[in-house]
Amino acid sequence: MLYFSKLRIVFITIFSLLFVLIASSNLFKFDDGFFNKKINLGLDLQGGSYLLLEIDNEPVIEQKLQNLTTTFRNYFKDKDIKINNIKIDDKNIFFNVSDENKQKVIDIFQDENSEINPYYPRFKSHQLEIEDTGLNLKVNFSRQGLITLKTSSQDQAIEIVRRRVDEVGTNEPNILKRGNNRILVELPGLDDPMRIKSLLGKTANLTFRFVTQNDDDRFGVEKLEFEDGTQEANVSKRIIISGENLLDAQPKMDTQNNQTIVSFTLDRVGAKRFGKATSTGIGKQLAIVLDGKIISAPVVRDTIASGSGQISGGFTFQSATDLALLLRSGALPAPLDIIEERTVGPDLGQDSINAGMIALAIGFLLVIIFMFVKYRFFGLITNATLIINLFILLGVLTLFEATLTLPGIAGIILTVGMAVDANVLIFERIKEELKDETNNILAFDGGYTKSRTAIIDANITTLLAAVILFFMGSGPVKGFAVTLGVGIFTTLFSVYFIARLFTSLYVSKNKNSGKLI
Amino acid sequence: MIAFNKYYNHFNVLSTVLIVVSLVLLIFKGLNFGIDFKGGTLIELRSNDTKINVSTLRDKFSQMNLGDVSVKKFGSDNDFLIKFENKDNKKNIIEEIKVNLDKSFGNNYDFRRVENVGPKVSAELLKSGVIAISLSLAIMLIYIWIRFEWQFSLGAILALFHDVIVTLGVFSLFSLEINLSIIAAVLTIVGYSMNDTVVIFDRVRENLRKYSDIKIFELTNISINETLSRTIITSATTLLALLAIYLFGGEILKGFSLAMILGVIFGTYSSIYIANTVLVRLRVSQKTVLREDDSK
Repeated sequence: MLYFSKLRIVFITIFSLLFVLIASSNLFKFDDGFFNKKINLGLDLQGGSYLLLEIDNEPVIEQKLQNLTTTFRNYFKDKDIKINNIKIDDKNIFFNVSDENKQKVIDIFQDENSEINPYYPRFKSHQLEIEDTGLNLKVNFSRQGLITLKTSSQDQAIEIVRRRVDEVGTNEPNILKRGNNRILVELPGLDDPMRIKSLLGKTANLTFRFVTQNDDDRFGVEKLEFEDGTQEANVSKRIIISGENLLDAQPKMDTQNNQTIVSFTLDRVGAKRFGKATSTGIGKQLAIVLDGKIISAPVVRDTIASGSGQISGGFTFQSATDLALLLRSGALPAPLDIIEERTVGPDLGQDSINAGMIALAIGFLLVIIFMFVKYRFFGLITNATLIINLFILLGVLTLFEATLTLPGIAGIILTVGMAVDANVLIFERIKEELKDETNNILAFDGGYTKSRTAIIDANITTLLAAVILFFMGSGPVKGFAVTLGVGIFTTLFSVYFIARLFTSLYVSKNKNSGKLI
Repeated sequence: MIAFNKYYNHFNVLSTVLIVVSLVLLIFKGLNFGIDFKGGTLIELRSNDTKINVSTLRDKFSQMNLGDVSVKKFGSDNDFLIKFENKDNKKNIIEEIKVNLDKSFGNNYDFRRVENVGPKVSAELLKSGVIAISLSLAIMLIYIWIRFEWQFSLGAILALFHDVIVTLGVFSLFSLEINLSIIAAVLTIVGYSMNDTVVIFDRVRENLRKYSDIKIFELTNISINETLSRTIITSATTLLALLAIYLFGGEILKGFSLAMILGVIFGTYSSIYIANTVLVRLRVSQKTVLREDDSK
C-alpha cells in the first residue's frame, strides 16, 4: 500500500494542481473558456426571488368542454344524428341520442381514426372517454387527455412567463417546468419581486366589445365592473378584437390632455375588423375589457381604419408601461397562482456569505489545531491533505458549475470535520500494528490495508444519505447534499492518494527511526 | 481499558427511558413545524429605528387582521422574525403589510427575507421530508443487511432509530422549529450514526473471527476500546466544525447545526451503548460470523 510509482506521483500532482487551478478561477478572471467557470451562488447567498407558479387549468378545461359541445353539435348534424339536451356538468358533457344511434355515437368516439376524438397511439388512449349512463351519454377527458391538455397549457404559459420576465429585464432569470402544471421562476438579484409578481398574476386577456343596452343581443350580454370598481356596464359577449390581434403596444403621453395612454397597433385582420366595427358603431361605447374588468369605454366618434388606436384609463406611467408589456407578451392560457415564494435581500445574502466563510475559517482552524496537537507530524500531513481536499472540492464544484447555498457551505464545513475520519482510522490502526510490529513499513502497510473496509463502509453510509437528500431535497438543501456528496469523493481521493503519498515518502525516509507515530 | 460493558444495563434503561419520553413528547406535544411544513408567511425585518421593537411590531401586525402573528427577535437587537399563517392565502399580503408599516415607521425598516409557502406546497414538502427520512432508514437497513449478519443490522438500526427519535424529542421538548434544513440534518445524522456504528461493528466482527474463547460481552468492550480514540477524535473534529457553524454561521443555520450537534452526540453514544448491547443480548458468537462466512 505504500509503494508509489513515479508515473503515479506525477499523475497525482498534476490532478491536484489542476483542481486547485480550477478552484482559483473563482478568484481571478481567466480569458480561457475552460478556466472561466465559476461556482454559482444560490439565491440565498446572492439574494433574489424564487417563485413557484401553479397553472389553474380549471378555466381551460371548462372552455375546452364548451368548445367541444359546439363541435359535437356540428359534427353529428352533418352525420344526421340528432343530439339533444347537451349540457356541461362537473367537467362532463352529457347529451341524449335516440336508442338506435347510441351505439353509432359510441363507435365514433372509440374509433382510433375518430375525427372528433384524437387517439394517442403512444399512450393507447383517446383524448375523450364516453360512457353510457343509461339516462344519457357522458363524455369527459381521459387521464391522458387531461395530461396532454395540461402539458400544452404549461408550454404556452412558460413561453408567456418568459416573455414577461424578459421584458422587465432582470439578469439571468431561470424559468423551468415543474411537473405538468407548475412553473418555477428564479430571479437572481431581485429583492423586490412585487412588480414581477403582479405582472405574472395577470392573465392579460384583452377584448374590445360594445357596451349594449338591450339584453337580447344574440351573442349574449354580461354585466362587467369597471376596474376602479365604481361603475358597471352591460357588455356584449361579441368580441370585436382581442389581444391576439395586437402587433405592438407602447405607453405614450397624450399631448392634448397630458394623460398617459397605451397606444397599440393591430394586425391586418384586427385592423379590418376594428375599422368595420368603428364605422358601424359611431356613437356607441366600445368597452376595453382586461381580465373581466372594463379599463375604459370610450365613445366611438370616427371610423378608425388605420389599424392603430389608444387606450386611456387614468394610467400612471408605470401602470401604462405594465399594461403595454402585458399586451405585447400576450395572454396566459390560464391564470397563475403563486404557491411558493422565497425572497432574500442582497444584504442578507452577503451577510450569509460572510458568516459562512467565518464559520468555515474557524471550523477549519479548530480542526487543524486539534489534529496537529493530537498527531504532530502526521497531523501536519492530514492538515496539508485537508487543505488540498478543500481546493479539490471547490474545484469539482467549479468544474460542474454547481450552485453553492448556505447549507452547502455548512456541508463543506462538515466535510472538513468528517474528512479527518479516514486518516484517523488509518493512523489509529497503524498505532495498533506498531504494537507487535517493529518494521515501520510493514506496520504502515498493514494499517492502510486493515482499515480499508471500515473506511469504505463509513463513507458509503454518508454518501447514501447525501444521495437521498439530493433527490428528495429542494433548493438550498440540495446544495448541502451536493457539497456533502462531492466532499466524500474528494476526501477519499485525498486520503488515499495525497496523504498516503506524503506518508509513504516520510516513512521510507525514516523507516529505521523507531516508532514513527 | 475502560469497562464500558459494566454499564450496558444502566444505559439500556436510560436509552429506553429517553426513547419513551421522546415518543410521548412527539405524540402529545408534537413538533413545532415552521412555514415550510405548515404553510404561511415569514418576514425577516431589520429596523434602523429604535421605535421599532417586538411590542410595536406586534401591535402593528395585530391590527392587520392576519390571525395569529408571532414576532420574535432574530439574532441581533434590530432584526425581527415575523410569522403568520396567512390562512386565506391572500395574494398581495406582503405589499399590504409594507403599505401598513410605511404609514407608522416610514422607511426605517427593510425586509431582508420573505417566504410564503402555500398550503399545497407545505403538504408536499412535509410528505417528501417524511419519505426522505424513511427512505434513508430503509436504505441503511438494506446496506447493513448486505454487509453484516442480521444481529448487527438490528443493532445498527435500533441505534439509528434511537438517534432520530431522541433528537426530534429534544426539538419537541424545547419547541425548536422544524424546517427543511432540519430534515437535511436528520438525514446527515442517520449517515453519521451509521458510520460510527459500522466502524465499531467492523472491529467486533474482526475480533470474533480472531478470538474463539472470548465472550461477546468482553469482546464488544475490547472492540469499543480499540476504536475508542478514533471515535473520540472524529466526533471531536466533527463537533468542532459544527460548533463553528452554530456560533458563527448566522441565525439561519442555528437550528440545523444544533440538530447535527445533538445527532453526533447521540450517534456516538448509541454506537457504543445501543448497537453493541444488541449483539450481547442476541448472544452473538464466533459461530454467527463463521456460519455467515461459509454461506457467502
